[in-house]
Amino acid sequence: MSGGVVYTETVVHAAPEQFAADAPYQLAIVSLDEGGRLTARIDGDRVVIGDRVDFLEDRNGIPFFHKA
Amino acid sequence: MRPVAIIGIGKTAFGAFPDRDLRSLAVEAGQKCLADAHVTPSQVEAYYLGNFAGPSFVGQNHLAPFIAGAMGITGVPATRFEAACASSGSAFYHAVSSVAAGLNDVVLVAGVEKMTSQTTPKVTEILAGAGDTCGEVRAGATFPALFAMIARRHMYQYGTTREQMAAVAVKNHENGAKNPQAHMRKVITMEQALKGKPISEPLTVFDCSLISDGAAAVLIAPLERAAEFTSQPVKVLGVAQTSDYVALDQKDDITTFQAVSAAAQKAYKMAGITARDIQFAEVHDCFTIAEIVAIEDLGFVKKGDGGPYTLAGCTRLTGPLPINTSGGLKAKGHPVGATGVGQICDVVMQLRGDAGERQLARHSLGLAQNLGGSGATAVVTILGAA
Repeated sequence: MSGGVVYTETVVHAAPEQFAADAPYQLAIVSLDEGGRLTARIDGDRVVIGDRVDFLEDRNGIPFFHKA
Repeated sequence: MRPVAIIGIGKTAFGAFPDRDLRSLAVEAGQKCLADAHVTPSQVEAYYLGNFAGPSFVGQNHLAPFIAGAMGITGVPATRFEAACASSGSAFYHAVSSVAAGLNDVVLVAGVEKMTSQTTPKVTEILAGAGDTCGEVRAGATFPALFAMIARRHMYQYGTTREQMAAVAVKNHENGAKNPQAHMRKVITMEQALKGKPISEPLTVFDCSLISDGAAAVLIAPLERAAEFTSQPVKVLGVAQTSDYVALDQKDDITTFQAVSAAAQKAYKMAGITARDIQFAEVHDCFTIAEIVAIEDLGFVKKGDGGPYTLAGCTRLTGPLPINTSGGLKAKGHPVGATGVGQICDVVMQLRGDAGERQLARHSLGLAQNLGGSGATAVVTILGAA
């Protein structure tokens, strides 16, 4: 997995119990270069629809991307 | 298939009721419904119950016989249906199937949820169980987050605005204020709606439906026997349930719910009508954007026109196509398992001319649309005055 384009995104303020410490955090659906889409977290700078993002790392089973 | 009629309805108020347990709510709705049709518990041939998460919210399983027994209904099939927020819509679809097929004559269909005994973060977590817990939910998605991402994409593709979404909330609160059984009976202004606390951007607290307790029930029978029970039967002209992928990231286009348009087309065909014939509807406004998407997917307006149509006032009580005259999930409340049957009760009240201050002048053909998750289950029901 290398990168893709932001298909849609949101910044979550009201988080479920297990992610309360992370809030607010950005969540996005990424259209991957290799095809298909993936729901992932965005690390660092906020992104908008159409932005290119690169895969950063997997943290406890959660894929993280950041702005290219 | 035999034509089917609704011969009775019963609802509790929707709201936060710390002194009421799940069973007492479901029993109240069921007993009101039986009384409405002058039917005794021994005449009920099956009990179909919609409930999303009773085991998680209140720790009770085996709910259908648990509630049926408390009403004195035993010796019949008593079954719980779970399809997220479309649980009781699904129960209704399957109950109508069984009466239409001739397996049963008098069937009690109900929905119930008891949510307010849990904290909001816990409720958020339980509701998230209706999403894909191996993917989107694991990554941190909540239901507001999923609908926020739908809203962002709808805004991007069609130019839908925050103001158009807020107009859904303002209108539904206006209707809910006129509904004595609504959870939140207060009007809100456009300014308040736009300045609400952010939940998941761009959605604020005023874009989200309520966390509620409540129950609703309807009694159905073959149309040919309806006159035995009521002078005001309502015909089930069309009903359809369809499914789609659970995860939002598996859908090609998230600005539309394929399951809703498919169910609508099936239901229109069954009823022998088109979207243009519908006079009013109760739609699944779990979030304001969901009402905009619903009126597009049901074929009331072109894709992308839902926002401007709403902001222009066309879906108000005084407009050409009133939507959610009950106040919708936004103001009436959203005890998730009760919502589908609750919507059907609201349509029946309009058809019977019993909607009080909210009563419409044109009220012979109405529709109810119930959605599960972010569109993985859809139920569309078309009802007409007999």
